[in-house]
Amino acid sequence: MTTHIHDAGSAITQRGTPLRPDQMSARMARRGIWQVARWQLLSMRSWMWSLVVESIGQPLLYMVAMGIGLGTLISANGRTIDGVSYLIFVAPAIMVLTATMSAANEFSYPVMQGFRWTRLYQGPAATPVTPAQIALGHHLAVMIRFLGQAVVFWLIMLAFGAAPGTWSWLCVPITMLSASAFGALLQGYAAGLDSEGEEFNFVLRFVVIPLVLFSGTYFPLSAMPVYLQWIGWISPIWHGTQLARDVSYGAGEPGWLIGLHLVVLIGLSGTGMIWACRNYTRKLLQ
Amino acid sequence: MSEHPDLQPGDQPVVLARGLRKVYGDFVAVDSIDFQVRPGESFGLLGPNGAGKSTTMRMIGGTLGRSGGELSVLGLDPQQRGPQVRAHLGVVPQSDNLDEELKVRENLLVYGRYFGLPTSWLRPKVADLLAFAQLTGKSEEKVRNLSGGMKRRLTIARGLINEPGILLLDEPTTGLDPQARHILWDRLFRLKEQGVTLIVTTHFMDEAEQLCDRLIVVDHGRIMAEGSPAELIRQYCSREVLELRFGSSRNEEAVAALHDVGQRREVLPDRILIYAESGDAAMAEITSRGLQPATSLVRRTSLEDVFLTLTGRSLID
Repeated sequence: MTTHIHDAGSAITQRGTPLRPDQMSARMARRGIWQVARWQLLSMRSWMWSLVVESIGQPLLYMVAMGIGLGTLISANGRTIDGVSYLIFVAPAIMVLTATMSAANEFSYPVMQGFRWTRLYQGPAATPVTPAQIALGHHLAVMIRFLGQAVVFWLIMLAFGAAPGTWSWLCVPITMLSASAFGALLQGYAAGLDSEGEEFNFVLRFVVIPLVLFSGTYFPLSAMPVYLQWIGWISPIWHGTQLARDVSYGAGEPGWLIGLHLVVLIGLSGTGMIWACRNYTRKLLQ
Repeated sequence: MSEHPDLQPGDQPVVLARGLRKVYGDFVAVDSIDFQVRPGESFGLLGPNGAGKSTTMRMIGGTLGRSGGELSVLGLDPQQRGPQVRAHLGVVPQSDNLDEELKVRENLLVYGRYFGLPTSWLRPKVADLLAFAQLTGKSEEKVRNLSGGMKRRLTIARGLINEPGILLLDEPTTGLDPQARHILWDRLFRLKEQGVTLIVTTHFMDEAEQLCDRLIVVDHGRIMAEGSPAELIRQYCSREVLELRFGSSRNEEAVAALHDVGQRREVLPDRILIYAESGDAAMAEITSRGLQPATSLVRRTSLEDVFLTLTGRSLID
């Protein structure tokens, strides 16, 4: 007769948490957004190299193509647009455009994925973090990433002599605000979808693409027929683009219009975030 | 201070549900159920898939609103005070929702920060949990590269990062191999010894028998029975069951000849179950009638038999 004693291995040591549960929830009421953003930023690290290449390569390609390519053609015979060379005219607009396009990527499928396919949002939803904090944390992380990308873009503009104004650095916050306005609306929309996201392709083709084409990026809004100009007025891309031009080379818009650009962008960003918070709450605490 | 989040007198139930109900359109997922979970006990919800177990778990965690009835966790309404309730809970969802792009260690660290825990405290805690989940060597591996069983163990470890007083385990051992299941049951038993309240859903009767002090048997959103595994077996089943196989074509004619043997009979597609106080005596009676089953087996009745008795169906269809 033999007796075997099987070692059960290590049990769990209860170390005693430094916070009581009520302190945990109180602390997360203040820091929840930031902790979700930290998680998102950590996730981005796994494809950081492609982000770095994109954020340096994209502005470089645009500067070369627009400044040396298209710009040379347009500026031949000393022609200017808005009183400046084509490169100076188009560079701040491209800066806003590329960031808003990135926002369209970041706040479409990744948002739906968080609820449905990978269900990554359900992880923090089972902790003291609230759904609204998850929405805003995701938004914040993307904005932090755009801050880095926008600074790089602005430095490259400087190197190409495409940002002559003293206040051109303000293009960085303007770009982030434009991306936030555009992104928050998409985030709110994506979070509200109950389907597999088929309608998202429709939105990308018939909302995002026209906004990109008719927001005065490559040519002034006034160059378009009047019946198309309204697209610019409702587009966060146009409002951001005009603001960026104002600070980059002094496009000389009247004060009321600059104010309007700001109000529209801040309003859309806020509206989008409220919409996103409500839809996240509905989805995660239905 | 009528509503201190940490208020937990010894005689108060940890979870109290009265007339708890969840309706999706026309579908009633949880149909007015009542139960209590006492501090430090291991409480089970046993039932087939779709019985409303996970729905109930999510309502306890406050990640799903209820359609009716009352529910309190440590005296708090999880729907109104979700973050406060969830600070006490460890949640192991039915399907793993780890961040596959992050490393094993990072998944635990990130999760710990959602409870406001500082990194300096989390580092040794994460090492403990990796040892517990037998994943110490995989610490720097991306979760994407882990096997299904490893991911499951990591999800369970993640649910313990805040040293919760109440651990919600939704089908905890689905996808684990038999050895890993037994190790996990052992570890959970030790957690219970340390005073952690366990709430477990399962459709495995052996898991319910191993893990639960007390359980409710649920089907179609209703509670069919409640008690300890031993009480339920005593109440609803005879002591033993005789399993006979005559071959699928002969089962029906055989049962006609057996209609008065034992206390109760169940004819399943592949075998006949005869419930009797003594399986051997029932077998002797059958042999004396000249019937020759292809195989016969006498065993103690289990929760599986309780479920079959209560619902006429087996747990795993």
